[in-house]
Amino acid sequence: MGQKKIDIEQVRQVAKLSRLDLSEDEIAQFSGQLSAILEYIEKLNQLDTSKVEPLAHCLPINNCLREDIVKQSLGTEKTLANAPQSDGQFFIVPKILEEPGRL
Amino acid sequence: MSEEILKLSCVELQRKITKGEVKSSEAVSAVFERIEKHDVQIGAFLSTFKQDAMARAKEIDSKIAKGQKVGALAGVPIAVKDNMCTTFGTTTCASKILENFRSPYNATVIDKLLAADAVIIGKTNLDEFAMGSSTENSGLKKTVNPWDKSRVPGGSSGGSAAAVAAQMCFAALGSDTGGSIRQPASFCGVAGLKPTYGRVSRYGLVAYGSSLDQIGPLTKDTADCALMLNVIAGHDGKDSTSVDEKTAPKCDYLAKIDEPVKGLKIAVVPELFQGADSEVVAAVKGAIEIYKKSDAEIIEIKMPHFEYSIAAYYLIATAEASSNLARYDGVHYGYRTKKAGDYIEVYTKSRAEAFGQEVKRRIMLGTYALSSGYYDAYYLKALKVRNLIRSDFIAAFQKADCIMMPTSPTTAFKIGEKMADPLQMYLSDVYTIAVNLAGVPGMSIGCGFDKNNLPIGLQIISSTFQEEKLLRIAKMFENQTDFHKQKPRINTDKYEKKLTTNEHE
Repeated sequence: MGQKKIDIEQVRQVAKLSRLDLSEDEIAQFSGQLSAILEYIEKLNQLDTSKVEPLAHCLPINNCLREDIVKQSLGTEKTLANAPQSDGQFFIVPKILEEPGRL
Repeated sequence: MSEEILKLSCVELQRKITKGEVKSSEAVSAVFERIEKHDVQIGAFLSTFKQDAMARAKEIDSKIAKGQKVGALAGVPIAVKDNMCTTFGTTTCASKILENFRSPYNATVIDKLLAADAVIIGKTNLDEFAMGSSTENSGLKKTVNPWDKSRVPGGSSGGSAAAVAAQMCFAALGSDTGGSIRQPASFCGVAGLKPTYGRVSRYGLVAYGSSLDQIGPLTKDTADCALMLNVIAGHDGKDSTSVDEKTAPKCDYLAKIDEPVKGLKIAVVPELFQGADSEVVAAVKGAIEIYKKSDAEIIEIKMPHFEYSIAAYYLIATAEASSNLARYDGVHYGYRTKKAGDYIEVYTKSRAEAFGQEVKRRIMLGTYALSSGYYDAYYLKALKVRNLIRSDFIAAFQKADCIMMPTSPTTAFKIGEKMADPLQMYLSDVYTIAVNLAGVPGMSIGCGFDKNNLPIGLQIISSTFQEEKLLRIAKMFENQTDFHKQKPRINTDKYEKKLTTNEHE
């Protein structure tokens, strides 16, 4: 295959964007597997698509508007029922304001 | 008695229940006897609702006894793939990240099943988040093929297909993003229908590839698919991609199911047969011969972009998945890591600990395809190829009523056979994926068995919103064959097919 389509450093970067804390083993494995998949996907470049419009979905539907009607929402109790941690009123998460700039 | 009941189709059972000839509670008992006997080995169900199902069956029986009007699925035991939200039980998507998730609402299809007086008996196993072709990617359970326990049931709706094949329910719902109804239907020898994108509401279906996902039935035969579609089809204000009645009116899919399509024109793509096993090719060609003998005209066509569908799909579906699965953040619902030092680690560790390998792989691939510098080369390119693939279908349906080809290039493969090489697993979807990219309806019905007595599926594809015709075409084949009546023998090491309806396991 020669040069990998996606090397270890790129996998690390994509993992960061994906919010996945991958192990070193997974990073190495994904570099190989994703490279093989991307190698296969290269076949799309056999096709000239310079005059083709992209197709995001197949429906004859564009904007779907409806009346703005007030309806009952889930409510706090149901909304928090599946939360890993809550105080009955709010979701509880670790502090988010200590390290400005890290995002 | 219970064995007699288990042999019935949904259409037959519903008629008998409404006439009072069979009680829903008897059907539910029969199904649970079967589950208790066989599901230890098959592993089709992630959860079952025996008590609630019995209570509901008795309610329906008493409604019937009082002469009250009941619905189109009155008293019929139905299973649902566990990626559809239910307020009862859990909705896990076969993922550790949702292992304990209890939905605050029902998917629209669930409400529709209940409104039709169906009895939902349990939720079936799948590849985690419907990502896979063998159900081996389930994070919670292993499901095997009822025809051969050393083989996969297909996927991702493998639990639904296995449950129908093993007569542990009378019909099931599945979802199909790249073949996830049709391929397991083929592997397990049952009927499976992926409706047109937009025909069935996706509200409450846990999203994987939102422009491709569609819910559909897996059943014992084509008439049952029609009955199920009657119940679940139609516009839903909660899903803006479900089409309105003006654009594509739904109809009674069962009413004319036995009416053959006159002057039927079938398109075949000779090149596409090259990639399939010889026994699969022989069975599918044999099926097309049967149509030919019923005066169908066979037209050879080319679909020059079909072979690019896997490459386009694994960019589009994974791009959509990477966005859809961003919601699993360890904050609002689902699994949260115990090792988080800060809020970023709540995300990264929760996701890393609870997602399985295939889900991570697809999130990674999709994120890469959408990332700055690669978007045009990968994602946008794939969307353009998608348009070319759809144009192949549009051209085909100008010449023919349907296209026929194998559902899968092989029969059910061995457990573990393709797990080491994800690309090999992806390539097994070669015949099904283009249908999702084009948004058209497709169906798999049994058309033969290989030398190992494993079912072979015939895929029939029709034009957008032509489900009524598609089902009638499939029924023409079933009316002349009995492949759909053959059942696996479970619980012994030898499997033999049965040749008549009167025999059973």
